[in-house]
Amino acid sequence: MTRYYTEDHEWIDVDGDSATVGITDYAQSQLGDIVFAEVPAPDTVLKKGGDAAVVESVKAASDVYAPVSGTVTEGNDALEGDPSLVNSDPEGDGWFFKLTLSDTGELDSLMDADAYKAFVEAL
Amino acid sequence: MSALNQSGWKPEMGPSGDAKPATFTGNRALMLEEALIFEIGTTDTTGVDLPEVGTVATRLGGLERHRTIGLPGLSEPEAVRHYTRLSRQNYAIDLGFFPLGSCTMKHNPRLNEKVARMAGFADVHPLQPVETVQGALAVINELAVWLIELTGMHGVAMTPKAGAHGELCGILAIKAALEARGDPRSVILVPESAHGTNPATAAFAGFSVENIPATSEGRVDLDALKARLGPDVAGVMITNPNTCGLFERDMKAISDAVHAAGGYVYCDGANFNAIVGRVRPGDLGIDAMHINLHKTFSTPHGGGGPGSGPVVLSEALSPYGPLPFTERHADGRYSLVEEETVGERHPHSFGRMTAFHGQMGMFTRALSYIMSHGADGLRQVAEDAVLNANYILRSLEGTMDAPFAHSGPCMHEALFSDNGLAEGFTTLDIAKGLIDEGYHPMTVYFPLVVHGAMLIEPTETESKATLDQFIGAMRSVVQRAKAGDPSLKSAPHHAPRRRLDETLAARKPLLVWREPEEAVAAE
Repeated sequence: MTRYYTEDHEWIDVDGDSATVGITDYAQSQLGDIVFAEVPAPDTVLKKGGDAAVVESVKAASDVYAPVSGTVTEGNDALEGDPSLVNSDPEGDGWFFKLTLSDTGELDSLMDADAYKAFVEAL
Repeated sequence: MSALNQSGWKPEMGPSGDAKPATFTGNRALMLEEALIFEIGTTDTTGVDLPEVGTVATRLGGLERHRTIGLPGLSEPEAVRHYTRLSRQNYAIDLGFFPLGSCTMKHNPRLNEKVARMAGFADVHPLQPVETVQGALAVINELAVWLIELTGMHGVAMTPKAGAHGELCGILAIKAALEARGDPRSVILVPESAHGTNPATAAFAGFSVENIPATSEGRVDLDALKARLGPDVAGVMITNPNTCGLFERDMKAISDAVHAAGGYVYCDGANFNAIVGRVRPGDLGIDAMHINLHKTFSTPHGGGGPGSGPVVLSEALSPYGPLPFTERHADGRYSLVEEETVGERHPHSFGRMTAFHGQMGMFTRALSYIMSHGADGLRQVAEDAVLNANYILRSLEGTMDAPFAHSGPCMHEALFSDNGLAEGFTTLDIAKGLIDEGYHPMTVYFPLVVHGAMLIEPTETESKATLDQFIGAMRSVVQRAKAGDPSLKSAPHHAPRRRLDETLAARKPLLVWREPEEAVAAE
């Protein structure tokens, strides 16, 4: 399993052609207390960079973008009842959706953990 | 500036002491606690005597209500006191400075109120025969003429009832124009510096929305916009002056590029108060723009009255505007052009947005404002709004981080960030500290292009003395946040309620009142 990051502060865990997506700890800390999350339904076809999910905090509403293209296999329904999971465990239980990748080559444009750490520090 | 002594305490009184004895009623002097109407009223009480209902045959066919509705009743004096007490807990433009950026909380002149209460305007009904409401129709028509004149546009739709409703009107006109030429396009471009309602409006009208980045100056990135234009782009929605409080200097170049690519230009005119009398949007190539009468033209809003968002339209879009509209005849008579009377004159209208003719009460106020100010007065409104905002920007830029202070003068509002506050201190703490100082907080966390944004709009109706006191309060609160004063983290201390749990309120909102035992059972 390999974890990649985007400049829009999403993380993606990839295992073969299946993957899990969420927002990073940095993203949740910037948003503040999350009060609402909307995850995509299974079979939703996502395009890299397109809107995939919605996250709303006391400060702002933001889109969560698809880090890569693919088809959603599962949304994290637990977020509907308890959106605070995104704050308490953003890179674990607070995941947003799982998908099947349509083009693993798209992963090449993403950052690894060290590159993302440097990216955040430069902000 | 020395701190105000609000308690009247003098040294010979001895130590002041903060501990206050509790009162039997829970009230604090003449600032009264007020329970919910459900808690003070009873279903056995009523403020009016109605005759007993006689025996009548029901015609509801079994649909009649069987449960009691449970509405609380109050006597008239109890009802008057309830709502008057609640009104005292409100903060309003008539009580104090209200620097809510982007909202233009300016003074509502009392002359407007006097005019709006004249029986010929206040006591008419939209279904009255037009011969009996000629004066009211003349007001709508006259206001329409002045809005067209002030904006340099071709036509105006008077019926939209608020800013976002006006946006929808403009976007539907763009959609109708594209459909009429057989060129359905699917994308609306929205810069980062636009109002949040813009992408919502475009999405609601069925378009997909794409963001255009802002430059480090806080303006639209013209090159990025040009690069994205193409045959799928229906138009752009640009807020000008934008939400960074800056005038989009490239507006004409943006319009020309969008037109050359076959699209239309929607301008969010919510901030027209900064340029009224100085800039005509029609000269900048804009095709549609809503005007918030409740901002630029001083009609009350924010709980004080409804919004009103007439939309001025270019020659290209005017044929697609909604019904109804007023018409002035050669003999000075006015009529209303509606579906029944439009005939063949306006065949491309996209339809109707409202049941009637728009916010009549706001039309009378806005026209009163325009006529009492005149052309020179309106120009001065814009100049003074900009002057006041720049006074705040330059007075606070030494204390607070002003990310676009280098971009030249601001327009009607000044934007600051939370950069430089002590670790753990946020924009929210400053907003809460301002409540203790007796001010409605500024707009916070908007626009999103700035971290921890604080957007301050003083408006032209505030005096230098008011601005100086506010600047003093801001400096004091910001210094506390920079020094890490822990008492600021728990502000407000002097408000009727301490810091509220906004997260819990958003996560588990209680929207319907229930009997306490019912609420417990529902848990």
